[in-house]
Amino acid sequence: MEFTSTVTEKKQVVPKKKYSPVREFWVNFKHQKTAFFASMFILLLIIIAIIGPSIAPYDPYKPDYDATLQGPSSEHILGTDEYGRDIFSRILVGTRITLSVSTSSVLLGAIVGTVLGIMSGYFGGWLDRIIMRSSDVMFAFPDLLLAIAIVAVLGPGLNNVIIAVSVFSVPSFARLVRGSTLEAKENTFVEAAKSMGAPHKRIMFKHIFPETVSSLIVFVTMRIGTAIIAASSLSFLGLGASPETPDWGAMLSMGRDYLGTASHVVMMPGIAIFLTVLAFNLVGDGLRDVLDPKTKNE
Amino acid sequence: MSEKLLQVEQLQTEFTKDKQKIRILHGVNFHINKGEVIGLVGESGCGKSLTSLSIMGLFKGTSGEITGGHIRFNGQDITSLNVNEMRKMRGKQIAMIFQEPMTSLNPVMKIGEQLMEPIRIHLNLNKKQAKEHAISMLKKVGIARPDEVINEYPHQLSGGMRQRVMIAMAMSCNPNLLIADEPTTALDVTIQAQILELMKQLQQQEDMSILLITHDLGIVAEMCDRVVVMYAGRVVEEANVFDLFEEPKHPYTRGLIGSVPKIGDKRDKLDSIKGNVPDPSDMPIGCKFAPRCTQVMPICLEAEPTSIMLENDRLCSCWLYDHERGEMHV
Repeated sequence: MEFTSTVTEKKQVVPKKKYSPVREFWVNFKHQKTAFFASMFILLLIIIAIIGPSIAPYDPYKPDYDATLQGPSSEHILGTDEYGRDIFSRILVGTRITLSVSTSSVLLGAIVGTVLGIMSGYFGGWLDRIIMRSSDVMFAFPDLLLAIAIVAVLGPGLNNVIIAVSVFSVPSFARLVRGSTLEAKENTFVEAAKSMGAPHKRIMFKHIFPETVSSLIVFVTMRIGTAIIAASSLSFLGLGASPETPDWGAMLSMGRDYLGTASHVVMMPGIAIFLTVLAFNLVGDGLRDVLDPKTKNE
Repeated sequence: MSEKLLQVEQLQTEFTKDKQKIRILHGVNFHINKGEVIGLVGESGCGKSLTSLSIMGLFKGTSGEITGGHIRFNGQDITSLNVNEMRKMRGKQIAMIFQEPMTSLNPVMKIGEQLMEPIRIHLNLNKKQAKEHAISMLKKVGIARPDEVINEYPHQLSGGMRQRVMIAMAMSCNPNLLIADEPTTALDVTIQAQILELMKQLQQQEDMSILLITHDLGIVAEMCDRVVVMYAGRVVEEANVFDLFEEPKHPYTRGLIGSVPKIGDKRDKLDSIKGNVPDPSDMPIGCKFAPRCTQVMPICLEAEPTSIMLENDRLCSCWLYDHERGEMHV
């Protein structure tokens, strides 16, 4: 008996297998239950964005004047709008627009902001002052107001919405990355790389940039939620997608006249926006808990 | 007389803090001959590391600047070089290894990639040749299974191996001068000996000069040909390593050597130099070491001593050796 017990004890003493960073991240992330479910939801959205148009039960553009403003039924599970278009189909097709507009604007803003932030933190001096003061100026405007101003100048349309949303993302990314850069450039390996005669570009993007990635991933995820709301708001105000496009914000805008009589026309795209933004924010929270070295080992 | 590789002449650096200029180096003078190992010793904060960074031109962009003097490398004044010319010099002709092998390698880059960095920058080799060169460098610094190590990350290596990799990196372009800033401080004693042995061996093979910055006098005695002792941003004594240990001239050097315990000593307490290094923004007038000196004379508190040439080409900045103005009483 004693013999077997020592054997089992020995088994427990066997040191935990060291995971690769990616594996370790995955194991920790799976423990974040809400974030994990939220990321599954986002995965579902991505799948819908890809195959949406082919699984939509109705043509999202085709009016059916015999069935306008119908409530949810077995025929139209989320009801129809004022032209009798199937809201479920429109939401499915709109997923692609929502996700592509928000991610592309955030990525665009992240790329520009990261380059500016790294340069600002790395070189310091007057360049740092110019970049940081300009972002302060942009921070002084409320996000959406700035976006409206940009779209007003460029003219309405989804492409301009992407530009507007990315422009107001730039300063927050620049500031975030500048902070991580200031920290990263104090590392001895940065000085060692300098002492080897490595050019600035290489030091910035090969040595410093990887140090900023974990905070960037978190911020990109969080920012996508904001971008969805901003893009939808612009469409709602008539500055984004044209009204016949099945964009969630535009659908919301179309439906507001019928809020009293057929509230589902507003509710359904509203719920879609709400759930998507919530999912991105929850994933962002979860990623922060996993990736932030300060909370990592708790 | 052997050829001078590096000459540091009247080097002065200043840092700006709260719009106030603080001078850290006050006219540092020394030179390094070809194939010579020079030890730069002194307490923390005396300007040893700053001197090395000045030679590398590495503190451009901070609040510090070189405000006077020259650094000549192979006869060329490198303080007047522009950023790009200096960058081409770093790693190729002057290389540096740092105190902390744990942090001086990028944790997210493979050893091979980091090792190939200076090779690709300076030697104009293609990827395959650079890789071969990297492997041969690893072999040279005594790393077993180099072709596997180049695909590993720094955390997979021990401290001693990492320092070997750093040495391999620094040596990869055959520099004329290697600056080693306390290369063994973070390593345990047995590894220290191995690393020093390796440096000495490579130095003799490649006929390279080394500027060894340390506060470990044992290492100095082991490695160096000549020693430069710094105090409060000045060179106070410069001498051949044998002369220095045999008969230290400057009271500060005596204090340093006296504070090293000797085998067989039966003392309860180690000797130390009383007091602290003066604050660079509030330096005493006269000799900067005077407040801590055991042989202080009236003149020491009034005027700063100049460097005096003594027998055997040794230099010492102390009034004790100025026969006209200070009295001899050794």
